[in-house]
Amino acid sequence: MEKTVELNQLGLALADYKGKPSTLCPGCGHNAISNQIQAAVWELGIAPEKIMKISGIGCSSKSPNYFLNRSFGFNGLHGRMPTLATGASFGDTSIKIIGISGDGDTASIGMGHFKHVIRRNVPMVYIIENNGCYGLTKGQFSATSDQGLVLKHQGVNLLPPLDMCMEALISGASFVARAFSGDVKQMKELIKAALSQNGIAVIDVISPCVTFNNQDKALQSYSWGRENEAPLQGIMHFKNREDMQIENFEEGTYREIELEDGSFLVLKKIDKEYDPTDRSAALDLLTESYKSHYFATGLIYFSEVPPTINECYDLPDEPLNRIKADRLRPTRESLEAINASLY
Amino acid sequence: MILDTTQKSPHGSERIVNEVCMTICTINGSGSATANNILYRALFRMGIMTSGKNVFPSNIKGLPTWFVIRASARGYTGRIAHDDVVIAMNQVTIQKDIDYLKDGGVLFYADHLELPQIEKDIIVYPMPIKALMKTVDAPRNMTNYLENMLYVGIVGQVMGIPENVLKATIDHQFSGKPAIAESNFNIVNLGYQYALKNIEKKDRFYLEQLPELSDYILTDGNNAGALGALYGGLQFCAWYPITPATSLVESAIGQVGKLRKDPKTGKNTCVILQVEDELAAAGATLGAGWAGLRAMTSTSGPGISLMTENIGLAYFTETPMVIWDVQRVGPSTGLPTRTAQGDLSMLYTLGHGDTKHVILIPGTVTECFEFGWRSLDIAEKYQTPIFVLSDLDLGMNTWVTKRFEYPSQPIERGKIVWEDKLEEFKDWGRYKDLDGDGIPYRTVIGNQSPKAAYFTRGTGHDEYGNYSEDPQNWNKILRRIGLKLDGVVRDLPRPIIRRAKSDAEIGIIGMGSTHDAMIEAQDLLAEMGIQADYMRVRALPASIAVREFIASHARNYVVELNRDGQLKQILSLEISEYSEKLISISEIGGLPLTAAWTAESIYLKEKRNGKNR
Repeated sequence: MEKTVELNQLGLALADYKGKPSTLCPGCGHNAISNQIQAAVWELGIAPEKIMKISGIGCSSKSPNYFLNRSFGFNGLHGRMPTLATGASFGDTSIKIIGISGDGDTASIGMGHFKHVIRRNVPMVYIIENNGCYGLTKGQFSATSDQGLVLKHQGVNLLPPLDMCMEALISGASFVARAFSGDVKQMKELIKAALSQNGIAVIDVISPCVTFNNQDKALQSYSWGRENEAPLQGIMHFKNREDMQIENFEEGTYREIELEDGSFLVLKKIDKEYDPTDRSAALDLLTESYKSHYFATGLIYFSEVPPTINECYDLPDEPLNRIKADRLRPTRESLEAINASLY
Repeated sequence: MILDTTQKSPHGSERIVNEVCMTICTINGSGSATANNILYRALFRMGIMTSGKNVFPSNIKGLPTWFVIRASARGYTGRIAHDDVVIAMNQVTIQKDIDYLKDGGVLFYADHLELPQIEKDIIVYPMPIKALMKTVDAPRNMTNYLENMLYVGIVGQVMGIPENVLKATIDHQFSGKPAIAESNFNIVNLGYQYALKNIEKKDRFYLEQLPELSDYILTDGNNAGALGALYGGLQFCAWYPITPATSLVESAIGQVGKLRKDPKTGKNTCVILQVEDELAAAGATLGAGWAGLRAMTSTSGPGISLMTENIGLAYFTETPMVIWDVQRVGPSTGLPTRTAQGDLSMLYTLGHGDTKHVILIPGTVTECFEFGWRSLDIAEKYQTPIFVLSDLDLGMNTWVTKRFEYPSQPIERGKIVWEDKLEEFKDWGRYKDLDGDGIPYRTVIGNQSPKAAYFTRGTGHDEYGNYSEDPQNWNKILRRIGLKLDGVVRDLPRPIIRRAKSDAEIGIIGMGSTHDAMIEAQDLLAEMGIQADYMRVRALPASIAVREFIASHARNYVVELNRDGQLKQILSLEISEYSEKLISISEIGGLPLTAAWTAESIYLKEKRNGKNR
């Protein structure tokens, strides 16, 4: 029997969304994220040319090379990814930004930029590949390492970790989620939902470092994650309402959210009530999960998207980087008027 | 030996016309800037070449501030260290202010100030500021401000500024607000009429109307730089406030809405965005440049320190961006409100590893406009960061300068290729030198060709942008960038050369805002019997003309406002075969260069060397 290659609505195969072969460690949580990003973009039917990938420095930030080869990528400086994204976002607002960063990148050296890119609402999917350690420099504590964690060359971590979802939430992000590299199905749906929004969408992915920080009890390990993950909801993303097989859902057990591109997110209740549109509830959840190491994953917070930074400037519909040069230079007469006013 | 740059002795009975240096001594935050600018502009409107330099504290209210106006019909507008006229409005500094007066000088002082013992031969005009204010029905919170308008009237009348010129200047200052213009003029006129009736002129300084300076305007370098960028098709500017660069972006903010509406859609074509710090300003500017926008940021030395990492990345990823450095005095926080030329060395090789940058150095306000647009063209053509090196004196002070000229060349976007053009290439690579000039073709986001994308990285890469640790690849990329920058010199502004009247054995070399003082120094040296040719370097890397100038003089004095002679050091390295012909003359302290000090320093060195003939 001849094998047929599955194509998306653009007629592209998943292979068209691949990147270079990963050079990260086999089993690295980040590879799972790369795979889910390319799957999500492919399934959504977004052309790879309509995406740009921007990253900082670290293992996580190398990974954009390993997905979406046909997308522009910029592997920038440690912690400065949000600043590059801010400037690049104005070049052509029809190009979606996937920002990839790590916990060293975002929670330490780039924390200020992280907060401010959220405050500016640069339209992008901001993925933190959070493994609780510095991998590329071979196993130092990061600002998300668990207190008391012991690493080979570091001794005991004396300081408490930062919760990046909490940081995103209090900075004003309109989409905050947490995922786990050991739960790729949920991760993919969250990435699809994030890509369907126009504002900043932050996904903190707990993504184990199999080489330096994967001890059984470590907060960012596969085993701890698998044992303790408590998804807040079952998550399914549908491009169209027709794709939704709502009849499978029992009345009152699911919630439907329409996203900015007209697609839908269905949140299926699991065991307790959780309203991701309630900011106080989200703060309570994060406070509780932080205190008691309760590993809540899923959509933590969602609200109407405030105007993006690009929308604040009343720009032409045509991409700014394609505007012809003659439309960028004011007239000779206007300069004469300026000269006259300065006499 | 102190050179008197006003030529004529202040003693005697001879009238001194249109040659005067006067300093207005006030307290900052009192609203004196408006009054000082009116006096300054009035002189300009009278057709007299004039400069106005604000010497101000890093403070909002309450500390001494000085505004130095030098009028010179001969066209010498550099700073001079001593005053002919002092207008004293600040009790705290009055003694020192008088100390700066030359013998035969003139003191106007607000008569409620306690006058110190005066031991020199000066003419004193008391100004009954408080008494006159009592006759005015003005709101209390305006009193300080309006007191300044009184000295405009009194000094204006005594010095010979016609009333109608003051009126026209005030109308210009408050254009569009006739009621405010009128109330201001009423106060000025009160002072004017008082002086007319009560002050008998005893000094010898006169201002007289000359033909209009119709080719000139009055503005500051930061405004000019902003306008240059807006006319240069600037599309994105991320920035963070810092003295003395802030007013550059603020000027752009004030004019972008009017100047940069898309003629086709009426929408905005230029984004100005204040961000969280200079790291972000450089990062966002780099991101925009990478995305195909004409991008710029503006800062001062401390900001450059923070931007360094991103500028190194821009250099190595070959991304165009323009960085204005409006210099202040460093190191460290230094003197934020004083001027210097101390960032040159830092910029030239800014960043770790093998870097070398292009620096444009405007020396006049008109050049700030020109380099404002040119820098964007050069950045895009050569795909590299371009610095424009200004300073506080040029940037924040208003200057009488040549009218802005409309850009003489169309906007240059360099080798950006879109879908159609990309198809024509057989084997395109982002970092591949297809033309042999070291400049590769670049694609930017939004290009929908499946071949367009590449992975930009600060790590080692091959010609296609792929990660590479191969020594040959590293060598190839870095050497090609070197080749590219060798070529940039042909697009950089040539030096300005002003020859001596007869054959000159020595050269004097300067850069940037010291231009006026340098010209005057050149003429002073001639009067002292030393013929010198003058060259102003306007860009680094230096052009062949710079080399030829140095080669053709036995000794070249490189004059600059930094401790170690940074321009001299760079020229010595780059033109090493003539390094022995270079001698450093450097001054620090935060004030603009004076011609007298310069000429004297060179004169003494020439004499000491026994080489003076």
